[in-house]
Amino acid sequence: MSFITRGFSGRSRERDERLPPGQTLVHDFPVLSAGPTPEVDTAEWEFSIVTETGGEHRWNWDEFMALEIEEIETDIHCVTHWSKLGTRWRGVSLDTLFEDVETQYDFVMAHSYGGYTTNVPLDELLDGKAWIAFEFDGEPLDPEHGGPARLIVPHLYFWKSAKWVRGLVMQGEDEPGFWEQNGYHLHGDPWKEERYW
Amino acid sequence: MQHLDGNAVAGQLADYFSFDVTAATARCNGCGSIAEFARAMVYRSGAGTVVRCGSCDQVLATIVEAGDRAWIGFSGVSAIEVRRG
Repeated sequence: MSFITRGFSGRSRERDERLPPGQTLVHDFPVLSAGPTPEVDTAEWEFSIVTETGGEHRWNWDEFMALEIEEIETDIHCVTHWSKLGTRWRGVSLDTLFEDVETQYDFVMAHSYGGYTTNVPLDELLDGKAWIAFEFDGEPLDPEHGGPARLIVPHLYFWKSAKWVRGLVMQGEDEPGFWEQNGYHLHGDPWKEERYW
Repeated sequence: MQHLDGNAVAGQLADYFSFDVTAATARCNGCGSIAEFARAMVYRSGAGTVVRCGSCDQVLATIVEAGDRAWIGFSGVSAIEVRRG
């Protein structure tokens, strides 16, 4: 007589509906970097949005922290096949940052301290879909996870959530960023498994 | 002058690409320094391998591997010197 019920063994084989295809659940937080970890002091940190007219919206750390701060709970999906569910962040919504930005351009290139870039369409950053986060799980964001602040765009693969973000530059075309030039998908939707070219 | 299609360099490139790349010398587009790949700094992560200039840190090359596909980029290198014979 088996003491393992069908329900028990069955549940363990069930796929969590929150996991996109090809993803495995992890409980730690793997670190992926394309280079050395930049050490950016908040006293020197700046974030800017630059438009096609050369107009620049700029925030230093104090100005940034004075903006409306949101609590974010979201699943994240890395292209290297791990997903983490219900992660908790605090940050400023891109809707807030784009409030006074006037642009006709539809695409954005995110630039990071250290030189990393990644491209995202503007409409995928707005309407509550993206943030500049400075806190993870109740703690200031570690440099190895992108601190002092990183972009988070949780509905796309996590390489789009640029660590050490320092600015967004508006673009007329959807030009590829760093990984997108080197094999990764221009868009990166985990539900469509847009991993590579 | 008429051009040929890419097939025309198949043999030539096959000759040059069957060597130990780490022994080859590359010029960094960032700082202009010329050094063997073996002197570069390599960062590995699940997303891919990034080779950076030993002098200025700029990205020289990237390798992304996914199953039976691989992408090798030399975005930061203007040319590679390979010793013949």
